[in-house]
Amino acid sequence: MSVDAFTLISRAQGSYVRAIDDGPIEDWPEHFTDDAFYTVTTADNHRRGLPAGVIWANNKAMLRDRISALKEANIYEPHAYRHLLGQPAILSEEGDTVACETSFLVIRITGNGPTDIFASGRYLDEYVLGHGTALLKQRVVVCDSSRTDTLLVLPL
Amino acid sequence: MSALNVGAKARNADMAARRWPADLSEVPYWVFQDEDVYRAEQKNVFHGQMWNYLCLEAELAEPGDFCATFIGEQPVLVTRDHDGEIYAFENRCAHRGSLLAMEHYGHAQNFTCVYHAWTYNLQGDLTGVAFEDGIGGKGGMGTDFCKAAHSPRRLRLANVHGLIFGSLNNDVPEIEEYLGQEILDCIERLLGGRKPVVLGRYTQGLPNNWKLYVENVKDSYHASILHLFFTTFGLNKLNQKGGIIVSPNGAHHVSWSAINRDAENREYYKDQGIRSDAEYQLEDPSLVDSFSEVGDDVTLQILSVAPGFVLQQIQNSIAVRQVLPTGVDSTDLHWTLLGFEDDTEDQQLIRLKQSNLVGSAGYVSMEDGAIGGFVQRGIAGASSEFATVQMGGKDAVSSESRVTEASIRGFWKFYRDAMGFAIEEDK
Repeated sequence: MSVDAFTLISRAQGSYVRAIDDGPIEDWPEHFTDDAFYTVTTADNHRRGLPAGVIWANNKAMLRDRISALKEANIYEPHAYRHLLGQPAILSEEGDTVACETSFLVIRITGNGPTDIFASGRYLDEYVLGHGTALLKQRVVVCDSSRTDTLLVLPL
Repeated sequence: MSALNVGAKARNADMAARRWPADLSEVPYWVFQDEDVYRAEQKNVFHGQMWNYLCLEAELAEPGDFCATFIGEQPVLVTRDHDGEIYAFENRCAHRGSLLAMEHYGHAQNFTCVYHAWTYNLQGDLTGVAFEDGIGGKGGMGTDFCKAAHSPRRLRLANVHGLIFGSLNNDVPEIEEYLGQEILDCIERLLGGRKPVVLGRYTQGLPNNWKLYVENVKDSYHASILHLFFTTFGLNKLNQKGGIIVSPNGAHHVSWSAINRDAENREYYKDQGIRSDAEYQLEDPSLVDSFSEVGDDVTLQILSVAPGFVLQQIQNSIAVRQVLPTGVDSTDLHWTLLGFEDDTEDQQLIRLKQSNLVGSAGYVSMEDGAIGGFVQRGIAGASSEFATVQMGGKDAVSSESRVTEASIRGFWKFYRDAMGFAIEEDK
């Protein structure tokens, strides 16, 4: 494993969670390639090989649409996330493509009130490295539980 | 009379002592808040003269496949045996009450209780009792013990175009009579002769009483007002061709709409000053590309069967939803997203894209996960007050307009009868 891939991915993941948790949320899709695949699914669906999840996108435009929908269309109680990520486990490196997995825990803060554990799971990722950056070509968010409390509007 | 029966009678008497308005447009808020009402519902509604959705026939494809689900709070098992038939019985060991299966969907040749290894076959018959004859002639069951008398209760089952419904009640009418012809026709329209394939499943936890979600499903009035996404992309405008069907018993409903090939008129919304008219563009509009689901112009069909089942067509997003109460103010909504065996690759791609419209993260339905909680919190301290559901009149009949709350009134009519409340005289 080259130190470079680990560093680039760690840096990208730090930036990714910062975009969601602290904003600007519009930066979130910029962590993906134009043809990226992003889905949020459950461990049960993933184990059974079922293709549909809670969110399903096969390009960056769909990710931008997620953000404009949550800003302009959807109605929900104001809340924020705090992502806690584990270290990325680099699984393979082929050319500029790196497969890795990272565990996550997401805490949801609703208004000024409850702080709840909202989701735990792992990211199954494929990063493309280049020019000192690491972009997600694929992120499959596998939530450990099949149950989502109330709604999922901010991405994981 | 056993103590249990005395308790049940007392509870029913409690419900009969509660006064419910004769006017169907008034819904007392205590019905969403009261622990005694919640307990009585388990018996009067879920175990009452109702058909409860259990699972899809397609989910039990092979002999030995099972689904562990619930009727209200009660755990039940649905299985397919080697004779090819589907069976359902209580998921509870006849010995000391432990669950027989815990996996939601699984495969088994029999069910052995982990506690004392009592064993049941796929039809729910008790077939084995560990150490039944004792050891070395000592211990064991008495000679009068009969395994056949100790099987979990079996459910009555009905299969409606691949939807499996079950009932613990012997007096429930046949499913055809229960649903009525129009509801049957709408189920057939979507599922008749087709083989569904599960694309994915998940559960949405709702912070509210189960009936607030049922009301929301039956409420065609809110759809294009709360859900901005729907309206802006022409998925569901109240001025589209469409209507509401309320079953004769009030219990079930269909809200449908179809492409209006004559006119697309946005003026209604402008006139009302409703924010649903806001401009909003998708960067990838292929999300709403769709094909005719069954060869007609209907793009939306939301169908509910009391007490807690929904069959949904939103464009080409097909799903079943099972509403399961978990407490007075908590509900689990189980989503199963469907495609069909003869879908082309392109059609499956469209279904996957449109899966973004529904569920916990659904563009058009995420709000439904939150709105029930807003009501549950809003009515705190207002148990003697009433919701008013007068849109479209005060009766509970089918209507060509979807600006109506007729199907909500239908549900309450059915529910208050099932619960046995005292109906007040008309004011």
